[in-house]
Amino acid sequence: MDMPMAQVRPGRADTLGATSALGVALPFLVLLAIGVTFPLFGGGYWGVIATRACVYWVLVSGLNLVVGFAGQIAIGWVALLTLGAYTTSVLAAGNVMPALPPYLALAIAAVVGAIFGLIVGLPALRLRTFYFAITTLGFATIVTQVALAWQSVTGGGVGVAGPIFPKPFDSQWGFYYFCFGLAAICTWMTANIAASRFGRALTAIRDAEVAAEACGIAKPQLLALVFLFSGAVAAVAGGLFASLQSYITPDAFTLDLSVLFFIAILIGGRSSILGPLLGTILLTVLPEFAAPLVAWSTFLYAVLLLVIVLAMPGGIAELLDFKNRRPLESGRAIVPRPELLDRLLAAPAGAGAGALTLEQVALAFGGVHAIDGLDLEIRSGQIHGLIGPNGSGKTTTLNVISGYYAQQSGAVRLNGAALPVLERHRRAHMRIARTFQTPRIVGSASVLQNVMIGGTIDGECTFVESLLSLPRHRRDEVLLRDTAMLALAAVGLERLAPVRADRLQHSELRFTEIARALMLRPAFLLLDEPAAGLSAEEIGRLGALVVAIARAGTGVLLVEHHADLIFDICHHVTVLNLGKNLAAGTPAEIRSHREVVNAYLGG
Amino acid sequence: MVESIVSTGLAIGCIYALIGITYNVMFSASRVFSFTAGTLGMLGGVLGSLFIGRLGLPVAVGFLLALAGGVLLGIVTEIVAVRPVLKSLDQHLYVLSTLALALIVQQFTAIEWGTEARPFPRLFDIARGGFDQQFWLPMLACATVIVGLELLYRHTLIGRAFLAIAEDTYAARALGLPERSLRMASYALAGAIGALAGFAGGEMLLAFFGNGPMLTFYGFVPVALGGMGNNRGAVVAGLLLGLFQQTANFLVGGIFASVAVFTVFIIVLLARPEGLAGAAVQRRV
Repeated sequence: MDMPMAQVRPGRADTLGATSALGVALPFLVLLAIGVTFPLFGGGYWGVIATRACVYWVLVSGLNLVVGFAGQIAIGWVALLTLGAYTTSVLAAGNVMPALPPYLALAIAAVVGAIFGLIVGLPALRLRTFYFAITTLGFATIVTQVALAWQSVTGGGVGVAGPIFPKPFDSQWGFYYFCFGLAAICTWMTANIAASRFGRALTAIRDAEVAAEACGIAKPQLLALVFLFSGAVAAVAGGLFASLQSYITPDAFTLDLSVLFFIAILIGGRSSILGPLLGTILLTVLPEFAAPLVAWSTFLYAVLLLVIVLAMPGGIAELLDFKNRRPLESGRAIVPRPELLDRLLAAPAGAGAGALTLEQVALAFGGVHAIDGLDLEIRSGQIHGLIGPNGSGKTTTLNVISGYYAQQSGAVRLNGAALPVLERHRRAHMRIARTFQTPRIVGSASVLQNVMIGGTIDGECTFVESLLSLPRHRRDEVLLRDTAMLALAAVGLERLAPVRADRLQHSELRFTEIARALMLRPAFLLLDEPAAGLSAEEIGRLGALVVAIARAGTGVLLVEHHADLIFDICHHVTVLNLGKNLAAGTPAEIRSHREVVNAYLGG
Repeated sequence: MVESIVSTGLAIGCIYALIGITYNVMFSASRVFSFTAGTLGMLGGVLGSLFIGRLGLPVAVGFLLALAGGVLLGIVTEIVAVRPVLKSLDQHLYVLSTLALALIVQQFTAIEWGTEARPFPRLFDIARGGFDQQFWLPMLACATVIVGLELLYRHTLIGRAFLAIAEDTYAARALGLPERSLRMASYALAGAIGALAGFAGGEMLLAFFGNGPMLTFYGFVPVALGGMGNNRGAVVAGLLLGLFQQTANFLVGGIFASVAVFTVFIIVLLARPEGLAGAAVQRRV
């Protein structure tokens, strides 16, 4: 152990993070400076445009979490703007009850917006992409119709006057600063979320849902929080919008606006805050430069949308991502440092002499018996190899253990207690981690962020704490970052930490997945063909790494085709054939088992 | 009153069902839902009103030209918005590309045709009253399409090829079926059906650019409830939707009827995401 520890100390990650943190904050600071000083150079009408851009951004910032981060195609978000505008206006005007102060009306609108954001968003938890898009579209259609019809409250087609905020926000510039301030706060809050475990979990749900589940991310709870937040800010934007317009009718809330919001995010690029912010400013200002084009603006937005989708799905954010243009060095080697595992896995939760057992597990798809009465015991600190020809049920076994399939009979037990059937995200809480045959990675996130996703459930702060960047949020982030750097160093990838994951080679992705799984400090680790696609040298290093993981106390289930690797490192081997145990025993026993040799190993 | 609810409900239901079939025909050929389904319906009404009402062409000519417009948009949808993104189906880019195309057509219509709803000409010169043509035309169109599709799918070679593509694209390609041409043909057919829906329902819905999103939503309800790709399910669900909407219209008033439809739609979908008649699909890891 003469490896200098300084190399893997978080200090390294911090310097990396610090330089890029300034780089990340700089464009926002420039925009802040422009925004604050804007009244000095902008004249009357430009003030209205600037205010409108701020109002739109308040909505788009929240929608960005839904669309850009979570990848939910919510095309009817204008409905929440409408709702907020009418709620604020009607309460402030006193149509139905005594008039309320505008601030209170705005706050109530935020609550109403949050509730409806949740209602509109709920279908996303169960429905496929297109279905969800359609339901948001339907909701938008209906809200406008209700606004038109509910004359006694909304004034119907005649409309209702927007709220006027009291001094000092009643003048044009006063109101501008009010909106600008809210826009700045929204930027700050969503940027906090983006840089938190919640933001990373959202991108995982978007790009690698299966991996997100395996990391213990509960999609319903997380999306519900995001919809609440996004609905609330959208409704606040609605209240501001009503005040800016000074008078609102249902005509003001066409689907065109929804399209504008949506396209601003797509132009801006996914998982970015700056991109959609620039997109919003661009789309608000653009029509003003070409007055004859105003009638055609939505048409042009639609053309823009088509062009972006077909030509540059990454949006502005990808164009601005200079640091990932630099070529990576070629011929880089993955050199794991297993000696770091002791620190990383120090006392895994539930360590000791535990066991993960399968008893007479059976599962058939139609008439095909994928696994048929399988017994298996994986003990802490040991490596259990699972081999067999294609279609013998190896991956199915893994999927039963990690909850993707429900076994039809038999039981899977962790230390004697039966694992709940099909509850995938609870596996992570029981410290059962896994990797996948095809690596499931968030391609647009950095390698470090991908690994940090693995530690999502170990964060302690709540969504609101992250939103406001309270101490516990910062502590979580530092801890997760340090642990992830350690995990990356252990698998030999720390030099690639800041690189976009989709630029990595296949073998590097495999080791990234292992690092992500190690973030759970797993009591049991399930590896699905980790050596597939690796060079002979890399397989050797992988073997040493797995041995070290087991030595640190983790029980490993290794599904593999590389018989050499299995016989080199496993303590026990189970051979499957047609879903049944063909043989089980030590590597030496298996190697001389006649049936196994005939059926599988050859020779 | 009941008569009026039933005839209006069934007629509207037939239009929804036809748009649902439009979705299905496109879906069967490509595993993709397209936002242009409702736009096709809108276009059928606008083109009919343009050719027959404004330009004074004979009904038959106007009808064929309206259908031709639908066919054209169908083909354009396939080339511009579907084919380029089929490679990466799992990224759901088709949702955005077809939405963009639908908006382009809708906005173009709004600018060139106007944003006001304009009347659709009466197709047959017979007196109004009772069971009017505005009710039976959509029903006739729906019945024709259903019978026509059944005949096509069951008794013609090209129809069987459509079915083969819908069942298993890879296997169909391996058998040497010209997958791309068949997909294009399906989109052309879907375009004609969508335009027919708007044309037949023109008198009820008027020639209005805003019908696009409305039909896109209400036309999808039969698909979602009847099961993807299931035309019979779409017709049953479409008719039920039309009747339900009209009844709610009468009972709770026009606008809250849409709230009722939306609520029922969401609840049913949340309870049975695969549709009332559909089967759940196994997911694979």
